[in-house]
Amino acid sequence: MSLLNVKDLQVHFPIRGGFFRRVVDQVRAVDGVNFELEPGETYGLVGESGCGKTTTGRAIIGLNKATGGEVLFNGENLATMNGHDRKKHIRDIQMIFQDPYSSLNGRKNVLNIIAEPLRNFERLSPKEELTRVQNMIERVGLSPESIYKYPHQFSGGQRQRIGIARALMLNPKLIIADEPVSALDVSVQAQVLNFMREIQKDFGLTYLFISHDLGVIKHICDRIGIMYKGRFVEEGTAEDVYTNPQHLYTKRLIAAIPEMDPVKRFEKMELREQINVAYRTEYDSYFDKDGRMFDLKPLTPTHSVAVHQGGM
Amino acid sequence: MAETVLEIENLRTSFNIKGNYYAAVDGVSLTVHKNEVVAIVGESGCGKSALALSIIGLHNAKTTKLEGQVNLKGQNLLSLPVEKLNKIRGKDLGMIFQDPMTALNPLATVGRQIEEPMDYHMKLSKSAKKKRVLELLEQVGIKNGPRVYKQYPHELSGGMRQRIVIAISLACNPVMLIADEPTTALDVTIQAQIMDLMKELQRITDSGIILITHDLGVVAEMADRVAVMYAGEFVEIADVNTLFANPLHPYTRSLLSSIPSNMTDKEELHVIEGIVPSIQKLDRGGCRFAPRIPWISEDAHEDNPMLHEVEPGHFVRCTCYKDFHFPEERVEDENYVTT
Amino acid sequence: MVKFIFRRLLVMIPQLFLLSLIIFVLAKQMPGDAVTGAFMGNPNVTPEQVEKIREQYGLNDPWYVQYGAWVGKAVKGDLGQSYTHKQPVTSLLAGRVANTITLSLFVLIVSYAVAIPLGILAGRWSDTWVDKLIVTYNYFSFATPLFVFALLMLFVFGFILGWFPTGGSVDIRIESGTFAQFMSKLHHLVLPGLSGALLATFGTIQYLRNDIIDTKLKDFVKTARSKGVPEGKVYTRHILRNSLLPIAAFLGYEITGLIGGSIFLEVIFSYPGLGQLFIQSITGRDFTVVTAIVMISGAAVIVGTMLSDVILSAIDPRIRIE
Repeated sequence: MSLLNVKDLQVHFPIRGGFFRRVVDQVRAVDGVNFELEPGETYGLVGESGCGKTTTGRAIIGLNKATGGEVLFNGENLATMNGHDRKKHIRDIQMIFQDPYSSLNGRKNVLNIIAEPLRNFERLSPKEELTRVQNMIERVGLSPESIYKYPHQFSGGQRQRIGIARALMLNPKLIIADEPVSALDVSVQAQVLNFMREIQKDFGLTYLFISHDLGVIKHICDRIGIMYKGRFVEEGTAEDVYTNPQHLYTKRLIAAIPEMDPVKRFEKMELREQINVAYRTEYDSYFDKDGRMFDLKPLTPTHSVAVHQGGM
Repeated sequence: MAETVLEIENLRTSFNIKGNYYAAVDGVSLTVHKNEVVAIVGESGCGKSALALSIIGLHNAKTTKLEGQVNLKGQNLLSLPVEKLNKIRGKDLGMIFQDPMTALNPLATVGRQIEEPMDYHMKLSKSAKKKRVLELLEQVGIKNGPRVYKQYPHELSGGMRQRIVIAISLACNPVMLIADEPTTALDVTIQAQIMDLMKELQRITDSGIILITHDLGVVAEMADRVAVMYAGEFVEIADVNTLFANPLHPYTRSLLSSIPSNMTDKEELHVIEGIVPSIQKLDRGGCRFAPRIPWISEDAHEDNPMLHEVEPGHFVRCTCYKDFHFPEERVEDENYVTT
Repeated sequence: MVKFIFRRLLVMIPQLFLLSLIIFVLAKQMPGDAVTGAFMGNPNVTPEQVEKIREQYGLNDPWYVQYGAWVGKAVKGDLGQSYTHKQPVTSLLAGRVANTITLSLFVLIVSYAVAIPLGILAGRWSDTWVDKLIVTYNYFSFATPLFVFALLMLFVFGFILGWFPTGGSVDIRIESGTFAQFMSKLHHLVLPGLSGALLATFGTIQYLRNDIIDTKLKDFVKTARSKGVPEGKVYTRHILRNSLLPIAAFLGYEITGLIGGSIFLEVIFSYPGLGQLFIQSITGRDFTVVTAIVMISGAAVIVGTMLSDVILSAIDPRIRIE
C-alpha cells in the first residue's frame, strides 16, 4: 500500500465581491490533483510560483483546508478528519520550510525549538527530553553544546539542519520539504541536499520535495510531478520527465533550465525559441473547452501526461 | 580586442563597522570591452553586489570609503562630485536591479519611469520621449506598449516589470550596463526569457555589461568572460568556455561540483567546508580560501597571493591551484566555532 | 467610487443608530436629569412642581418610549429642546458647530504647515543637528499636556503681553459681515489655534521622518539615482510622494482626533464651540444637547474615516475602490 495517496485534491479560495461581500468566484489554487507516494521514495512537486505546489503540500498536512478530494495517509483520510483525530496521525508527517532564517523562533534556544514537537505529543521528563534532543543534534552534525545557542548564532545551512532535526524528533514517516534549499547558497545547498539523502536512508523517510528549482529536483527526486495552474501536467520518473518531456509546458520548463555548457548556449536559445513558437500556436490544444487542463493519461507504466484522450 | 568601455583599477570598497573600515571589495581590477558580457560570480557576502554599487556610486557616502579608480569615457567616476556623476548615471551607465517588485516606483506610471532618464540626459520633446518609450517597450518584448505606457507597476507581472527595468536602463543608449542578479527573483521560464532578451539586446546595443550573479547556469548562458569572486577578491578570471572546461582555482572547482546540474548525477554533491569569513575577521595576508581546503598543505599557498596568468587571458589567484584535489571522503564540516 | 461612498453612507445608518442607542441609554443611567440640573437647590420650586415638569416633558416614560420619540423627531431635524438654554438644540448648535469647524480647520492647517516641513527636514537630514533639534522639539510637544501648554500660552500672550484676546470667538461690537469682523475672528482664533496646532504636530513629524528614512533605502530610490536624477528631484519626485501618501490618508482620522482636542481648547480659551457646550451640558444634565453633540461627533468620525479611504484611493494607484 502506498504511504500517501492524494486523490482529486482541491483547495479553492473564495473571492468575495459586490455589496454584501458575497462569494463571487473561486481561486482554484489546487484543482484535482492525484498522486501517490511509496514508502522510502522522494517525490518532487515542481512548478513556477502560483502553480499550487506549496498549497498542495500545506493541504496534506492541514495548513490549508482541502475543499475537496481525499488525502489518504496509511489508508486514513486526513482531509475529512477533525482536529483531534488528525493530530494523532499528523505526527508521522512533518514539514521543513524554505527560509531557515524565519521559520525558527529567534527567541527560543535550539533545545526549546527541537523539543517542541516532543512536548506537543509526548510526556517526557526533562532529562529524557534532553537526552533525545542531544542525540538528535549530534545526528544532524551539530555540536552538543549548540543546544543552548540561538538561531542567529548559526549559519544558513546549520539553521536548516536545526529545522530538519525538529522535524525528525517524532520519527516521522513522511517529510514535506517546501523549498528547503531555495534560500541557500549553492555550496550550502549541496550540504543540505547531501544531508537529506543521508538521513532518508537512516530514518527510512519518504520525502515530498517541493521546489521550483529543476536542477535540485532532478538531483534528489525519484519521481516528479509537474504542476501548472493548480493541476498536474506531467508525472514520471526523473528520467521520463527530463529526457522525454511530453507536455508543452514541461518542455518549456526543461528548456528554461540554464545550459551549463557555454558552448551550447545558442542551441539552447534556439530550442527555447522553437518551443515559444509552439507555445503560441498549440497552447489551446492542451486545454479542454472550459480552459481546464486534461487529466493525466498514462503513456508508460511510470510516465503520464495531461493531454486529450487519444494523444495530441 | 574591442574598444575598452570600463576600466576598474584596484577598487577597494570599505564599510564603516563600529568605527573601523573593512574592505568588502578588496583591490579589484577589471576591464570591460564594448559588446562584452563580464560575469562576476560568487556566493552571498563575497562582495559582488558591493562592487556593483561602487561602480555606479550608490553606496552611502557617510559609511563607505571608495579607493582606486573606475574609469568610464576617460573620467574616474570615484572622484566625481555627485552632480557630475548624475550626468553619467542613466546616460552612459545604466543599472538593472535584482527585484523588479521593488525596483519601480509604485506611484508613477511605467511611461513616466522610462521617460525620466531622458528628462535629464536628452533634449527631447514630450512626444519624442513618448515615441522613444514605445520603441523601448517594443525592444524589450512588450507587445501592447501604448497600454503599458499608462499602467502602474502593480498592474504588471514580475517578468513584465523586469522588462520595464531593462527598458529604463537602456533609455539613453548607455555604453555600459551593470546588471545585479537580473534574473534571480524570477521564475525559471521568465528567467530564460529575460536571459534571451538581454543577449538579444546586447547584440543590438553594443554596450558592455557587467553581470553580477550567484548562478553559474546564468553565467554559462550569458557571459563572455567570468570573474569568480571570493572574500572581496577575484580568484579566477577567464573566458567563459575556459572557465567551464578548465576551472583551476579550488573555489571555482568546488563551486562547480556543488551544483546539482546536468553534469552531476545522483552521487553526492561536493560540500565546501566551513563558512564564508566575515569581512571583519578575514585574514587578508594569505590565501583567503585556504581555511576551507584544510587538507591542502600550507606550503601550497603563497603569501599575499597574486593573480597569475596561467594562459593568455586566464588568471588564477594563489599557487594552491597546482596542488588542489578534492578530499577522498567528505569531511564533516560542523566542527568549527560559530560566531 | 460613487458606489463606494454610497455604500459607506448606508453602513453609517446602523452605526449611528447603535451609537445613539448607547448614548441615550447611558445618559439615562446617569444620576439626575434635566430638571434636577435646572432646579436643584432652588428653594422656590417644590418637588410637586418638579414632578409636574417631568411629566410634561415625558421624562417619566420608559426609556424606549423616550428614545422612540427622540428618534422620530431627530430624523425630521428636530433634536429637541435644550432645558438649560430654553431653545431648540438645532439652533443652539448651529453657531457652535461653525466655530468648532473653524477652530479645528485652523489647528489642522497650522499643524500640517509646521509638521510637514519639519518632518521632511528631519527625514532628509537624519542624524544631523537639524534632525536632532526637530526630534527634541517633537518629544517636548508630545510630553507637554495640552491644558498646561494652553494655559501657559493664555497667560503669556493673553494676560501678560496682551497681544490676543483671552476668550470668545469674535468681538461682538463689530458689525457682522465686515472685513473687520473677519479679522477679529482670526485674532480670536490665533491663541487657541496655535496652542492646539503646536501640540498636534507630533504624530505627523514622527511618521513622516521615519517613513522618509525608510523610503530613502528602498530599491526604487536606487533606481532613481541610477537614472542620474539630481538629489533634490529624488526627494520631490520619488521619496516625498511615497512618504506623504500615508499622511494624506491620515487626514480623515486626524479630523476625528481634533474633535476630542477641541474640548480642552474651547474650555480653556472660553471659545464658544461644541466642546465648551458639551462640558456645560454635562454639568447641567442637559441630555438632549449632550446626545446631539455625541451624534454629531460620531458622524464626523465616520465621515472622517471614509474621507481617509477616499483620499487614499485617489492618490494611490494601487488602491482602487469600486
